[in-house]
Amino acid sequence: MTGDILVFGEIRNGELKKVARELVYGARTIAAGTGGSIDALIVGTGAETEAAKLASLGVRNIAVVDDEATANYSSEGYATVLADLVREGDYGYILLGATAMGRDLGARAVAKVDGVMFSDCVELGFEDGACIARRPVYSGKLYVEIAPTGGRPVFITIRPNNLPPAEETGDGGEVTARGAGIDLAAIRAIATEIAPLAGGRPDVTEADVIISGGRAMKDASNFKILEDLADLLGGAVGASRAAVDAGFAEQPLQVGQTGKVVNPKLYIACGISGAIQHLAGMRTSKVIVAINKDSNAPIFEKAHYGIVGNLFDVVPVLTEEIRKIL
Amino acid sequence: MCIELTEEERMIQKTARDFARKDIAAVVEESNRNGVFQDDIYRKLSELGFMGMTMPEEYGGVGFGNLCLVLALEEISRVCPSTAIAVSVHNSLTNHIIFRWGSGDLKKKYLPRMTSGEAIGVYALTEPNAGSDVAAVRMSAVRDGNEYVLNGSKILISTGDKAGVIIVIACTDPEKRTRHLTAFAVEPDFPGFSIGKIEHKMGMKASTTVELVFEDCRVPASNVIGKEGRGMQIALGSLDGGRIGIAAQSLGIAQTALDEAVLFARERQQFGKRIVDFQATRWKIADMATNIEAARLLVYRAARLRDAGRACSKEVSMAKLFASRIANEAVYDALQIHGGVGYTEEFKIERFFRDARVLEIYEGTSEIQRIVISKKILEEYEQMYLA
Amino acid sequence: MKIIVLLKRVPDSEAKILINKEGTGIREDGVKFVINTYDEYAIEEGLLMKEKVGGDSKVTVVCMGPDEATEAIRTALAMGADDAVHIADDSLSNPGPFTTATIMAKAIGDEEFDIIFCGKQAIDDDMAQVHCILAEMLDIPQVSVAIAFELSDDTTKATVSRRIEGGDEKIDTSLPVIVSCDKGLNDPRYASLPGIMKAKKKEIRKKSLADLGFSEIPGGGRSRILKWLPLPKGGECRMVEAEETPDAVRELVRLLREEAKVI
Repeated sequence: MTGDILVFGEIRNGELKKVARELVYGARTIAAGTGGSIDALIVGTGAETEAAKLASLGVRNIAVVDDEATANYSSEGYATVLADLVREGDYGYILLGATAMGRDLGARAVAKVDGVMFSDCVELGFEDGACIARRPVYSGKLYVEIAPTGGRPVFITIRPNNLPPAEETGDGGEVTARGAGIDLAAIRAIATEIAPLAGGRPDVTEADVIISGGRAMKDASNFKILEDLADLLGGAVGASRAAVDAGFAEQPLQVGQTGKVVNPKLYIACGISGAIQHLAGMRTSKVIVAINKDSNAPIFEKAHYGIVGNLFDVVPVLTEEIRKIL
Repeated sequence: MCIELTEEERMIQKTARDFARKDIAAVVEESNRNGVFQDDIYRKLSELGFMGMTMPEEYGGVGFGNLCLVLALEEISRVCPSTAIAVSVHNSLTNHIIFRWGSGDLKKKYLPRMTSGEAIGVYALTEPNAGSDVAAVRMSAVRDGNEYVLNGSKILISTGDKAGVIIVIACTDPEKRTRHLTAFAVEPDFPGFSIGKIEHKMGMKASTTVELVFEDCRVPASNVIGKEGRGMQIALGSLDGGRIGIAAQSLGIAQTALDEAVLFARERQQFGKRIVDFQATRWKIADMATNIEAARLLVYRAARLRDAGRACSKEVSMAKLFASRIANEAVYDALQIHGGVGYTEEFKIERFFRDARVLEIYEGTSEIQRIVISKKILEEYEQMYLA
Repeated sequence: MKIIVLLKRVPDSEAKILINKEGTGIREDGVKFVINTYDEYAIEEGLLMKEKVGGDSKVTVVCMGPDEATEAIRTALAMGADDAVHIADDSLSNPGPFTTATIMAKAIGDEEFDIIFCGKQAIDDDMAQVHCILAEMLDIPQVSVAIAFELSDDTTKATVSRRIEGGDEKIDTSLPVIVSCDKGLNDPRYASLPGIMKAKKKEIRKKSLADLGFSEIPGGGRSRILKWLPLPKGGECRMVEAEETPDAVRELVRLLREEAKVI
């Protein structure tokens, strides 16, 4: 097995996901330890054009697969493509985004090559000849640092927004097209369509900014004021479990233990008291702002900035003030 | 006697807890604010088997014991004490009385409808001058061929307006000393039955309390429970079950008082520190928790004794007396910890404070419990001296 | 239709999780263990499919865990599952995904099945890998993070929606298949009292590693945990105060722009 690293670049809607650049950053950490090179694999429609986005990051070889069998996502098809390349290149490390695709495909591919996989990592290091990954366990109530015991390819999925994007080096990598190595007919479970979430806002797991509402929103229609602020900042709208259970917001927006784990640059919690289950889903946000009329709400213990006040007074003013400076 | 719960008992407790926290909690504020009896909640409770939990399978029940009923009532009361009232009366009084004293035909006629929750059971004993004093019941029942004709009224009857079956204790022969009362199974559509005054109460607002009026109400003789003249025996013989139910309700109320007090005290700050860090608060928390633990042991043990078929009136009265007392202390202290906001409807403790007061009144006042306990104690001493 | 549901016993989501004195894991004393949250959706979906197809359909629970896991299994049986396989072996402590998948593949290999439902991840190690590795070992397709499951009328295919970033991805799959379930897929039923009663009589087949033909723990030795770390303490919250709300908000905007540099 080599010390080379393979980065999986995920394509959705014909575009390379931005987590790919963060993966290259992580790959550099490992490469500095192993002395290996960084390669990439991009699978799906538009792979070839999107490859350019990685080429300038100092990636050596970029394999692109844009085949009839990979036009739509399938765990089996994509995992076969990835596993084949891992065997061929004898890669020591394989990095994927901890996305719906990365988690599903990574775990299937690691089974194919009998490797080991660390899921949902938030930090990478390199010590004593091996990569050390930090990952949350018990729904984010603790972290562990985990290392491979050697001799097997190590798959690592990394949560979006945790590592900084790799900076451009100007070096151009070589883009090579390859076949999928699997027949469309042999794939037993395949994606047929993607129904986008209403509102056209980014998903909470990928957004840089999240404006979240809790039970204090009182009604679904009041989420409009959060949507206005989110749209102004190009962000997503989130909700606490209490708000979802009360029917104020849809479940895909739920942040917390039984919802999404998020890690935006800015998280604004509006009328969210901060139950431990909610904190588990958002506490790693870079900057947390809490707006709550109860100055004792536990959310303030995790927040960086707090305003004690009625969210219906504060949020519209906040939107107007931000509009003035943007 | 072991108080540790079995796997089965923990599972029943979990179902009751999950249901209370999700389904009952979703409507609890609205139903207590507006005094709404939630038919839908009782329908769901019936579907889950809670309305026949102590009845045997042949009557559509599940065949669990009193301790299981206690666990269910405690969990329901932690969220909505008023909801527990109908569950308690239905199981520990109505179902129990028809099953224990009713004829085979009467059991077949009513129990399946009651265990399925189609008919909610109601118990009507109290009159303006009778309640704790059972013997003073004066509502009259006069035999007329194959029927009895009932006249008079019953007051303060829980869920009387939602009844499917009402057990009515009436006087069939004022001349007889202890065999003057008879128990009847009455259906609300029997001619001559009507709902009288609807009470506006201090608490327990999601449970209705009404007057039942009987004007030449005709009840088939086959609806006599047991035999004519057995009413007193039935009324006294079903006291224990009803009291355990209220003791369980008390546990639930006390536990929520403690939960809310601790939650509040950890968040509220005064003079630069959390009020949970003041010794005055700590002592209240310690006393509440100790009392609840002691009450729980009394109540669970009384239920286990009853399940074992042992005489347990003294233990049941002790459990009811103590649990209802400490529940009232707990809501008092918890409200004190809340301070001013605890007196507002914004906080749960306000509702529990109001709900708790009746615990020391219904199903035998604390004074009555003390009479029962002291009587038993003195009997035990007399037996010791005789021996 | 034969349905298998995978079950794991994990600490309650409300439990406070602390690192043990030795720093080698968590303190288990005083922690309440329950059915993994997401597994409840798997059980419910299994029961719904059984009810839909009818006939001699059957739901079998497969659980790997210590003896104490019987309570979680019994709860699944009380919800309506028909029987269970409980893999319990003293030598198994905190098995990794490959170990779990290898053992489960063996146990499931002995059963007939059309669909395997499981939770999208266990809320203890949060790996979300077992179902994918198991799918590869059993050579069947997988669908992860399902929020809708629709069985075709001839019960040979299914259409599954799974939640992805920014949308729902529809997957057509043939059967047999393994599906990991997310919140939103259904509304798990309670264990009814008659169900609890009946569960007492249902069979739990207990199996050790030796019963499954393993002489040692398979699939292990792939990684090691170097350190258990508590969460970093949150920093001090800066309360932005002013007489009038708009002034406080203006100050907040200034701080977010100039100090935190996030807008």
